[in-house]
Amino acid sequence: MSIRIDKDKCVGCMKCLEVCPGSLIEEKDHKAHMRYPKDCWGCVSCVKECKFSAIDFYLGADIGGNGSTMNVSIEGEILHWNVKKSDGTMITIDVNSKDSNKY
Amino acid sequence: MNKKLGHKIVHTDVLIIGGGTAGCFAAVTVSRNSSLSVVIAEKANIKRSGCLAAGVNAINAYIIEGRTPEDYVTYATEDAKGIVRRDLLLTAAERFNSVTAAMEEMGLVILKDEKGNYAARGNRNIKINGENFKPLLAKAAKEAPGVTVLNKVNMTDLIVEDNEVKGAIGFRILDEMIYEIRAGAVLMATGGAAGLYRPNNPGFSRHKMWYPPFNTGAGYAMGILSGAEMTSFEMRFIALRCKDTIAPTGTIAQGAGAKQMNSLGEDYERKYGITTSERLYGTVKENLEGRGPCYLKTSVVGEEKDEELLKAYLNMAPSQTLKWLEAGKNPSEQDVEISGTEPYIVGGHTASGYWVNTKRETTIKGLYAAGDVSGGCPQKYVTGALAEGEIAALDIISKLHKGYKESVDQSFVASKIEEYETILTGDNELFTAQELEEAMQKIMDEYAGGITAYYQFNETNLQLADEKISQLLKLWENLKARDMRELLEVYELRERLIVCKSVIAHLYHRKETRWHCFNENLDHKDTDKAYYKYVNSKMTDKTLKMIYRDIVEGAEYEHKD
Repeated sequence: MSIRIDKDKCVGCMKCLEVCPGSLIEEKDHKAHMRYPKDCWGCVSCVKECKFSAIDFYLGADIGGNGSTMNVSIEGEILHWNVKKSDGTMITIDVNSKDSNKY
Repeated sequence: MNKKLGHKIVHTDVLIIGGGTAGCFAAVTVSRNSSLSVVIAEKANIKRSGCLAAGVNAINAYIIEGRTPEDYVTYATEDAKGIVRRDLLLTAAERFNSVTAAMEEMGLVILKDEKGNYAARGNRNIKINGENFKPLLAKAAKEAPGVTVLNKVNMTDLIVEDNEVKGAIGFRILDEMIYEIRAGAVLMATGGAAGLYRPNNPGFSRHKMWYPPFNTGAGYAMGILSGAEMTSFEMRFIALRCKDTIAPTGTIAQGAGAKQMNSLGEDYERKYGITTSERLYGTVKENLEGRGPCYLKTSVVGEEKDEELLKAYLNMAPSQTLKWLEAGKNPSEQDVEISGTEPYIVGGHTASGYWVNTKRETTIKGLYAAGDVSGGCPQKYVTGALAEGEIAALDIISKLHKGYKESVDQSFVASKIEEYETILTGDNELFTAQELEEAMQKIMDEYAGGITAYYQFNETNLQLADEKISQLLKLWENLKARDMRELLEVYELRERLIVCKSVIAHLYHRKETRWHCFNENLDHKDTDKAYYKYVNSKMTDKTLKMIYRDIVEGAEYEHKD
């Protein structure tokens, strides 16, 4: 699992760099750059922090990745988890942060 | 010519090393109950650092209606086959519910039944939405009066004089600045150690593991080097997880009721016993005897649960949800393959860590330990980490109330600064820290009971492991770093190597198999009542001295020798 940062969407706010629990992201030419792609835990903290949907996360092929990417957009209490499958189909799962896990 | 780093000296009453679950809650406790100043030194950022980065969706240590803290102590004692500190378990368990209430006050969402009581999952668990657990706690710590948070500041060594802690030293990883932090008391709350053994996915997804890969055993290493006594490093923790994503299984097993099955469709769950290590052992055995792979049978739990399961995993391990979506099959359409992880050293599931008194003070005066870095109190989980942070904080307040003397001695600090600056002189000659890390993981895997050895070892293996890890420690001395982030890598490797040495020594000195897989000693395959003892260790004059201690029976334990 790792992340991919879209340089065109990145505004260089560096919120992802600040939050990453592994300090894996660095600043390069005023943009965020993933310095250690193999060291990502997959916690998606950076994805949640990014207000510009510039960060997608994905599964490595070694753990079943098939080319889909995922990001999160947050509107108030709702987290929209957006998955773009490799064939282009989009799936969105909305999770209300006020709802508890049922299991 | 060496690089010259900046040097900041910080004075505080209380230094907390590591702003995870235990550290943040301890900071809040000190702030609410005293006017002492607190500094949290956190190598990443307290908002998402530690075990709860992605979230958690149950509180796994809670005293539900009709149960008592003593019941919890009994359960954890049986699960660890007696090698626990009951005084620590009881004092943690007595606080499980009050710390949960404190989290609810901070905004944590907890599932309630129609009567307004927390909805239980099994005998000890309640269900929550813990996606934002850590941000809520971090916010409370950041806003607490008297608390200063230093993010991206990595401490490498304790300053200890005459067995009394005086502070710690480290550096900031975003700029070239050394931090010397002088304090009246230090709480160690760095978490445990991951990345010692070759992981399940050794290639691109090498960090897709159970435990935070950024918990490198820093707190253990700092304590070992300062001569603190440590306990139970041979009680390794190996999790039974969803294969590949290494996501938690509790939500589909205990939560949705999926049974553990082998490839013949047989439920083998009760065949090997139901302690944590026996569940894992069963899965290893089924695979070894040709009945693998093993699964959690989600295909019979019903498609009405699919949507909630996909959501539940988004709130703690989003990779598992993505895996279901990648496969184009929901949980009800495909059983979830399970596997054991590589071994970790932790004090929250198993009992590895500092040997502490009941108030969580270590054998070094003024140095406390809470959460995964603190030993003797297994299965304390998140609420236990909160409880230990609180217990330590309250004792620190009562001790510092009487005043303390700050140290001014600079000799140790000067030696560390020289060490950092020497490492920062440029390119490596031959090996990098990452290459030595890979070598370490291979040694531990093959000779100290990793995944490819089915978690087994014998004493000859362990002797070889020790020899080879010692060789890597020598190579470590030649490592160089080009910037502060690489300097962090160099120190993380040192921490892991030091912890590996202790793990090997502890495994060697428990000459029995007390817990399957966790210490599967092929020279001593049975449990031996002569080892109904703690295996402890302490470094003196650069040598690890082993200590066997009798099981603590009393309600209070204080260090004497």
